[in-house]
Amino acid sequence: MSKENGVIYRISGPVVTAVGISPRMYEVVRVGDEGLMGEVIELHGDQSVIQVYEETSGIKPGEPVIRTGQTLSVQLGPGLLTQIYDGIQRPLPKLEETMGVFITRGVDADGLDLERKWEFNAVAKKGDEVSSGQVIGKVQETETIEHRVMVPPNVSGKVKSIKSGTFNITETVCVLDDGTEIAMMQEWPVRHPRPFVQKYAPDVPLITGQRILDFLFPLAKGGTAGIPGPFGSGKTVTQQQLAKWSDAQIVVYIGCGERGNEMTEVLDEFPHLIDPNTNKPLMNRTVMIANTSNMPVAAREASVYTGITIAEYFRDMGYNVALMADSTSRWAEAMREISSRLEEMPGEEGYPAYLSSRLAEFYERAGRVETLSGSDGSVSVIGAVSPPGGDISEPVSQGTLRIVKVFWGLDAGLARQRHFPAINWLNSYSLYPQALDQWYRDNIAPDFPEVRTEISTLLQIESELQEIVQLVGSDALPVDQQLTLEVARMIREFFLQQNAFHDVDTFSDLDLQYHMAKAILSFQEEAKKAIAGGAQLEDVVNVPARTDLMRGRFEKGYEDRISDLVSEMNKQIDASMEAN
Amino acid sequence: MSGKEYRTITDVKGPLVFLNKTEPVSYGEIVQLMLSDGSIKNGQVLDTSDDQVIVQVFEGTASVDRQTGVKFLGDVFKLPVSKGLIGRILDGAGRPRDGGPDIVADEMADIIGAAINPYSRQSPESFIQTGISAIDACTSLVRGQKLPIFSASGLPHNDIALQIARQAKLVGSDDDFVVVFCAMGITAEEYNFFVHDLERTGALENSALFVNLADDPAVERLITPRLALTAAEYLAFEHDYHVLVIYTDMTNYCESLRQIGAAREEVPGRRGYPGYMYTDLAMLYERAGLVKGKKGSITQFPILTMPGDDITHPIPDLSGYITEGQIVISRELHQKGIYPPINVLPSLSRLMNAGIGDGKTREDHKSVSDQLYAAYAQGRELRGLVAIVGEDALNERDLQLLKFADIFEDQFLRQSRDEDRSISEGTLDLAWNLLSNIDTKYLVRLDQKWIDKYHPTEKSSNEEE
Repeated sequence: MSKENGVIYRISGPVVTAVGISPRMYEVVRVGDEGLMGEVIELHGDQSVIQVYEETSGIKPGEPVIRTGQTLSVQLGPGLLTQIYDGIQRPLPKLEETMGVFITRGVDADGLDLERKWEFNAVAKKGDEVSSGQVIGKVQETETIEHRVMVPPNVSGKVKSIKSGTFNITETVCVLDDGTEIAMMQEWPVRHPRPFVQKYAPDVPLITGQRILDFLFPLAKGGTAGIPGPFGSGKTVTQQQLAKWSDAQIVVYIGCGERGNEMTEVLDEFPHLIDPNTNKPLMNRTVMIANTSNMPVAAREASVYTGITIAEYFRDMGYNVALMADSTSRWAEAMREISSRLEEMPGEEGYPAYLSSRLAEFYERAGRVETLSGSDGSVSVIGAVSPPGGDISEPVSQGTLRIVKVFWGLDAGLARQRHFPAINWLNSYSLYPQALDQWYRDNIAPDFPEVRTEISTLLQIESELQEIVQLVGSDALPVDQQLTLEVARMIREFFLQQNAFHDVDTFSDLDLQYHMAKAILSFQEEAKKAIAGGAQLEDVVNVPARTDLMRGRFEKGYEDRISDLVSEMNKQIDASMEAN
Repeated sequence: MSGKEYRTITDVKGPLVFLNKTEPVSYGEIVQLMLSDGSIKNGQVLDTSDDQVIVQVFEGTASVDRQTGVKFLGDVFKLPVSKGLIGRILDGAGRPRDGGPDIVADEMADIIGAAINPYSRQSPESFIQTGISAIDACTSLVRGQKLPIFSASGLPHNDIALQIARQAKLVGSDDDFVVVFCAMGITAEEYNFFVHDLERTGALENSALFVNLADDPAVERLITPRLALTAAEYLAFEHDYHVLVIYTDMTNYCESLRQIGAAREEVPGRRGYPGYMYTDLAMLYERAGLVKGKKGSITQFPILTMPGDDITHPIPDLSGYITEGQIVISRELHQKGIYPPINVLPSLSRLMNAGIGDGKTREDHKSVSDQLYAAYAQGRELRGLVAIVGEDALNERDLQLLKFADIFEDQFLRQSRDEDRSISEGTLDLAWNLLSNIDTKYLVRLDQKWIDKYHPTEKSSNEEE
């Protein structure tokens, strides 16, 4: 690629205009004497408009701009897992080594360690016909994850030679007949989705261990979910819970324009957390991207693309990947900021007119697919949205809701009552239950969907009754409705509330969730019988065994004890009838 | 190049000066304007190209004309920093305001400040005792946190900020805080109030003040907090001080931001504020924290007044998304005569869990705090119900909760301006005393083991159910 040189014509914040070069759209260029990284985002006559990924103060018109011929790409290969990157895949520990605790500029760092040696085990053989996406060898990247080395896109042919052994990621491990050399590392432009054969309909749930999510509003593997909520309603905690406990094999966590201290908490905590499925540190399956709110805005814009490209790469190996983006609103604001510097005609609330199409393109990169090598992989995307003032009629929330299939609506009122997770059960929804019900019937319990319906119906009835209670007080209601209120309260306090910071309560598997829901319905049934038989509502509600049942969820081994606790409760309820 | 003086101003618009020039000028460079009467104004380059340079003038553009000379100083804005900043009062552009000599610089620090690498941060987890029960118990502050006070006009946020500045300490440590105080567009009266109070308590000699008053140039407000934070970073990370930064009033800062945006004819975001306000605020707020390998820390207390008491207004809203919680001042409590009128329900400290508990405050802190919240929230809700149906319609539990809400406000929230309550005996024991007005069986958020240990009337009986 010719290295044409141009010069800076104008600088306005992160947007730099150059003349004297004619790059392609989205080409990466080096800006100024310090060689800051930038990306071409507009061509205008002989001017090229560049968004720069680093701070631009002190740069002058007349300084050089150099083409690289490349578009913004990430390096893909062994070494991604456990790593923590900024928005343009520079490893943050590496940046600390070279520039200390403050991020200064003009430092380049490879996304992957090019020196580190990995044990490569070839699975393809000499003479095999291979094509792009096909797995030719394996590397045990972390204790739990086997990295599958694939033929890069747009490459195919007959294997001339392939060798197992210890290599770094740029050394040739396989040569094809036509002389093409394949190393463990490949690159991919972040703004292009990686290819696959076809998308499947999602029919397996992504299990998160969070009762309200799994039970009432489930997400499918390969599905998309949006979590809008005002500040302080627990978006970040919810995202982190999903990153910790969801049963994806790979997790990509993007901290996009969020708080520095919060990222640090994640970075401190994850290496100590144990994956309930493998009993190994969760970090072994995690890639993190942290571009905090005060880091350059253009890199924030790029961070979600960097993240989803890495997610797609693991999907192509046949893994189920979950990607969390916290928060997509900050990403949208980065777009708005760049757009306003370009003096583009704005759409709603100053956001660019292409906001919703960018959101749609991003979420569309989720899905369960048949990979090029014929295996089955998925990327599930969970995006947090931070609507100003908690009002979801704003463009980013609306743009997101039009696309995602699951809506987990966080509610400031619930958060204020310290009801966590503060997900509103009345306005949240999931469009997946129908597709997933067969899976639940086959794998958990034949009546699982019916139990779910009963629980959500009770909550619905409660909200209607509450309106009356607000006016006349609960004592004025007939006793059966008072019981319904008690049952609904049990659903809220025992089932929906879940303490993310409690060792045991933080995660419930689906079996346990089902049994807890059944326990509530069982209480309702027994209580109805007892009251019909003359028992007082208050006695029924206050049987000690019910408190034991409810408190028991904080103790280890609850899943083994729950059925005993339920029968004890039922016994005591029966007894309360006889006492009268 | 820095010696050259241009007389090529074409347009002057609000605080902005547009000029044509001949040599390249860097983005963010500082600028001097030489007026015909011999006075000098300072500015900064906002936009630069081969054809035109836009300069924002900190002191406003009054009496600038086409003949005004413009000099580019070849450097970005820097603050002279040294330990000598402590005990000094500077104006909003960093010049001495107290009649003292210029600061002798150990170092010239770029005021924009680089972002802290998230990997290099240290998790904040040292509890700061403010002596104010509402904050210590319910929205505990930790060192390295940024916790704004969301207030509104006419409320005693300044008293609260000062009380925090006076009383803040780490339990079990003699480390004192150095206060960096940054005033943006506050009145001379408010300023005097702060200074007198700091003087009265002897805190002034442990403080550095950066002051831009209401009649000082509005545009200067955009750099005042950056100066203050640059000083704070220098003191914290070069000299191991624990720095408490109080800035007031962020609302004035945001107004100035809007003014510049409007003068540049930028496409506005919500309510006319620029679309980049989130990023701009983040570049201030995120300069709080602790970093690996350094002893010092920066804790921030921004004060902002919510226009129209509206928490969804862009200023509190965007702040709330960046800061680690908020302390909300309530007009309703203030009108009831309660000081400090902190409404704990919408208040929040995101870093609280990391800073409390056994070995930090007390083992029962989290449970007590949850129980206070729950009981007070329910009690307040019942007030609404009582207004409609009367107290007679309430059952016993509801009556107790209703009463609790009143005594919580009267005895727990209310304290005097110089009352410094310790966390264990002052605040948490008081909480237990008040909670004992509620029947133990309704205190569902409290673990039985804490009831056995701390409940004033139940602890001795120690009965097992």
